[in-house]
Amino acid sequence: MERFRRFVQFISAFIANSRLWITPSNPIYTGPLKQICFPGLNCYSCPAAISSCPLGALQNVMASLKMNLQLGKPGLGLYIIGSLGMMGAVVGRAPCAWFCPFGLFQDILYKLIRVPKLPFWRPLSYGRYVFLFLFVIILPVFVLDAAGFGQTWFCKFVCPAGTLEAGLPLLALDSGLRSAVGALFFSKLTVLVLFIIWSIVNHRPFCRAVCPLGLIFGFFNRISWLQLRFNRDICVECYACEMICPTGVSFADGRDDINSTKCIRCMRCFNLCPGGAITVEFSKTRRSAGHEGCACHKEQG
Amino acid sequence: MKDRAPLFIFIFFLILFVTGIVLGEANDVFQKGVTICLSCIGIN
Repeated sequence: MERFRRFVQFISAFIANSRLWITPSNPIYTGPLKQICFPGLNCYSCPAAISSCPLGALQNVMASLKMNLQLGKPGLGLYIIGSLGMMGAVVGRAPCAWFCPFGLFQDILYKLIRVPKLPFWRPLSYGRYVFLFLFVIILPVFVLDAAGFGQTWFCKFVCPAGTLEAGLPLLALDSGLRSAVGALFFSKLTVLVLFIIWSIVNHRPFCRAVCPLGLIFGFFNRISWLQLRFNRDICVECYACEMICPTGVSFADGRDDINSTKCIRCMRCFNLCPGGAITVEFSKTRRSAGHEGCACHKEQG
Repeated sequence: MKDRAPLFIFIFFLILFVTGIVLGEANDVFQKGVTICLSCIGIN
């Protein structure tokens, strides 16, 4: 399953960034697929991106909200919220583990660079709420310029995926842009470097401490069709699930719910559990580790 | 009823999605997506 997930991650990252013919005169894709919100953090200013980033699009809606309301124009973000909600209702936060290119980037850093790993300080996971509500919603809606427009605060001041996928490639493509680089870009570059270093010693720190998109999908974890179940009665308390979990969901010791907003549905715990205490339900079909497709694990109504 | 909650939630967001398309919000996403916002990525 883990190899299959890695394969899906690479294919997904390639599909999201499948514009291969890139020229300085035509730096980004401008075709109709840009209407589609990709279910992952993939900057739409990336020269190779063929779809839009839902988080960037959502911030643009928030930044234009007051002006649109004053002018009586539609622009409440229903299309973006609807597309995120449909995905969340089916699989919850699974896109983080299976589709997100920046998640794959962090996975690779953590796995390939073999240095002693550090424990993750759990309270940092509350940072996701700060970044979602403050940087994606409150600041873009309420801090407005003279013309009545807000800014995309998360993209502009935080997002390391934008620096990696768009900022650096665009600077490489267009020498004229390099003269426009200032303190803001260097501060974002510093954020990117810090996250790269952090990703080497902690698994998926951006997903755990910052990502507002992951939190939006995570809100659906408890109510989505795809559900993980943990049977404490047959748990052998080996805690292998907690050790292997990339986002540190501590459900075996009761600190977290197995379907908490932290869970990215990578299914590593499900595959590893020696006693079959973790099951996966999709609609009314239940599967247990090591018994995939077994009739004895079909839920009875 | 609990089993059907994801279905109702899915339908609710599907309605939002379709309403957004009807209101032309997909085009708004497109317009933002095909324009390089330099300040959005920390340049300029």
